Amino acid sequence: MDKTHALLYLALALFALGLCGVIIRRNLLVMLMSMELMLNGVNLSLVAFADRMGSAEGAVLVFLIFVVAAAEIAIAIPIVLLLAKSRRTLDADAFADLRG
Amino acid sequence: MLTAIALLPLAGFLLNGLFATRLFPNPRGTRFVTLVGCGLPILAFLLTLDAFAELRAGGYVPLSETLYTWISIGGAPFAIEFWFDRLTAVMVLIVTGVGSLIHVYSVGYMKGDESYARYFAYLNLFLFFMLLLVLGRSLLVLFVGWEGVGLASYLLIGFWFADPEKAAAGKKAFIVNRIGDAGFLLGMFVLYTALGTLDMDRINAAFMASPGPAISATLVGILLFIGATGKSAQIPLYVWLPDAMAGPTPVSALIHAATMVTAGVYMVARMSGIYVHAEGASQLVAWVGVLTAFFAATIAIAQNDIKKVLAYSTVSQLGFMFLAAGVGAYGVAVFHLYTHAFFKACLFLGAGSVIHAMSGEQDIRKMGALAKRIPVTFWTFAIATAAIAGLPPLAGFFSKDEILWYAYASERGGSFWLVAIAALTALMTAFYMFRLLWLTFLGESRLDAHAAAHVHESPFSMTGVLVALAILSAIGGFLSIPHVLEPMLPLPGILASRSGAHLPIVVLSVALGLAGLLGAWWMFGGKAERAKAFGEKVAGVRRVLEGKYFVDELYDLVIGRPLLWISENVFLKIGDRALIDGTLNGLAALAQRTAAAMGRLQTGHLHFYALLALAGLLGALAWGWRHV
Repeated sequence: MDKTHALLYLALALFALGLCGVIIRRNLLVMLMSMELMLNGVNLSLVAFADRMGSAEGAVLVFLIFVVAAAEIAIAIPIVLLLAKSRRTLDADAFADLRG
Repeated sequence: MLTAIALLPLAGFLLNGLFATRLFPNPRGTRFVTLVGCGLPILAFLLTLDAFAELRAGGYVPLSETLYTWISIGGAPFAIEFWFDRLTAVMVLIVTGVGSLIHVYSVGYMKGDESYARYFAYLNLFLFFMLLLVLGRSLLVLFVGWEGVGLASYLLIGFWFADPEKAAAGKKAFIVNRIGDAGFLLGMFVLYTALGTLDMDRINAAFMASPGPAISATLVGILLFIGATGKSAQIPLYVWLPDAMAGPTPVSALIHAATMVTAGVYMVARMSGIYVHAEGASQLVAWVGVLTAFFAATIAIAQNDIKKVLAYSTVSQLGFMFLAAGVGAYGVAVFHLYTHAFFKACLFLGAGSVIHAMSGEQDIRKMGALAKRIPVTFWTFAIATAAIAGLPPLAGFFSKDEILWYAYASERGGSFWLVAIAALTALMTAFYMFRLLWLTFLGESRLDAHAAAHVHESPFSMTGVLVALAILSAIGGFLSIPHVLEPMLPLPGILASRSGAHLPIVVLSVALGLAGLLGAWWMFGGKAERAKAFGEKVAGVRRVLEGKYFVDELYDLVIGRPLLWISENVFLKIGDRALIDGTLNGLAALAQRTAAAMGRLQTGHLHFYALLALAGLLGALAWGWRHV
């Protein structure tokens, strides 16, 4: 098993962990953190591929994703705060008003 | 010039229909309407005289004038082309001449009607389409006129549309005519497919050439005749004409006696090239004609509405014309058309004058002894009655005598039975017409006091026209139309074995007229007691005749009601409600139900969505695994 393979398995593990976290955990903050985990799994795979190809493009893309992720979390956290403020809870199941 | 003849009445229609009372307030508006409405038809008549003079000067070479090419299909042009030959000349002179007289008469008759301008606009519109019908060279132009006069007829029958019965009569006329028009259209399609032209002189020439076209003349003849039975009120489509009397009386005189209803006769005479070669179709024409004449005459005997008697009389006389056309004497058919235009217009206008005098009463049982009160109307009516009865030397004698003669002796289908039925019909014609004369003008007065106080002779604009038409009914027969038309519509040969019978036929037809006169006098003279006694003796027959053989009821039962049933149960319930509404409502319900089902997936729980996303991811991966 070479370095790329090892890194990709690690990326997959991170992604799967994150996904499990999003699905299983009910706390909104934990779910957000799990999403970051998934995002970083993907970033890791990008870096691994960039290393393998010997080009910097993949790594540059990772920086772009960091910026986007920072912006995204900067919006998500206030939303979570507002939700918590109105319902006094962080349980995701408490927010099911858009039932069909 | 021909174009101007046709377009003048159209101009009258547009001026009166669009502007008249809007431009000028009354009473100047009424004067304007009168001037335009009567002036333009008279101008058209004068132009027709001029055109006729030109035709004569040119040795009867047909004049023609192309207005414009309507459409051109595959190199075959459909032109709006006017054609003026001997037959057209006779027809246009009748249409514009009698038409102008009736327009003038209408001024007095319709005075004070709130829709005076609309009336003249419609009347001018009718005249335009009628001229289009007789002037057109192509069957297509004829057909446009044919439909147009139907429209004008519909509008004028239902002129007082506020009365639902009158509006219904207009619709009936329109719908019954559509049935005939279907046959006419088919005839035109067949002709065009076979010959590639619809110009009537070319069609005639094609059938006259040998070898003729590869198409059955009988088929075409019958199809065109179906159209004629509608327009000219023959069995089985005659039912609309008696109802058409709902319109103003001058309209009945112009459209439903003198001109429009004779369009079928004109068409058969015009297409004589086909009928000469269609023995079967000609026989059909003759027999339908003579039977219509007979049945309508029997109905006319028992009618009590003055206009209904005249209406059935018109149907009957049209039958005579078709009888003549059916035995190949097209010129004689046009001759009777021409004399009939005079005396029937005179009779209808006379009836209008009577109705005018009686303040709207049309029932002859409530009339009687009007002769002294309205003498001009009486004398003109009497002359026209004698003319239709066929008393010499009045116009009807000449034409009816020739019809009987050719029905008996023509090489093209003359037969004893035709002449026997026709002679019996002529007898009945004389009888019911003199009955009408007696019950209306002679005998004892049966007026109620209110009506009696109001009886008055009509104004000069009406009586003057009556006198003019009475004079024409008296002397019109001396102009031998068959002779004028002979170079174009040759008369059929005479069966050698019957060539000596002309004098007996003349004597017979005079005797029939006199017998009708005497019979009516005997029955209805004095207090009409004999008629009453006889009527009670044959009450059953009388009821059938008064009920017009219940043909309307029969048609209603056999055609009307089944059609209604089909419309209600098939087209409305199955077609409209089940099929169209059902499809629409079904689609909407499907969308609604699908939405309700899909809506249940939207639980609002974030984890469930995430799970679905996972499922989608796994599905995409599985698919990728297999296919990449």
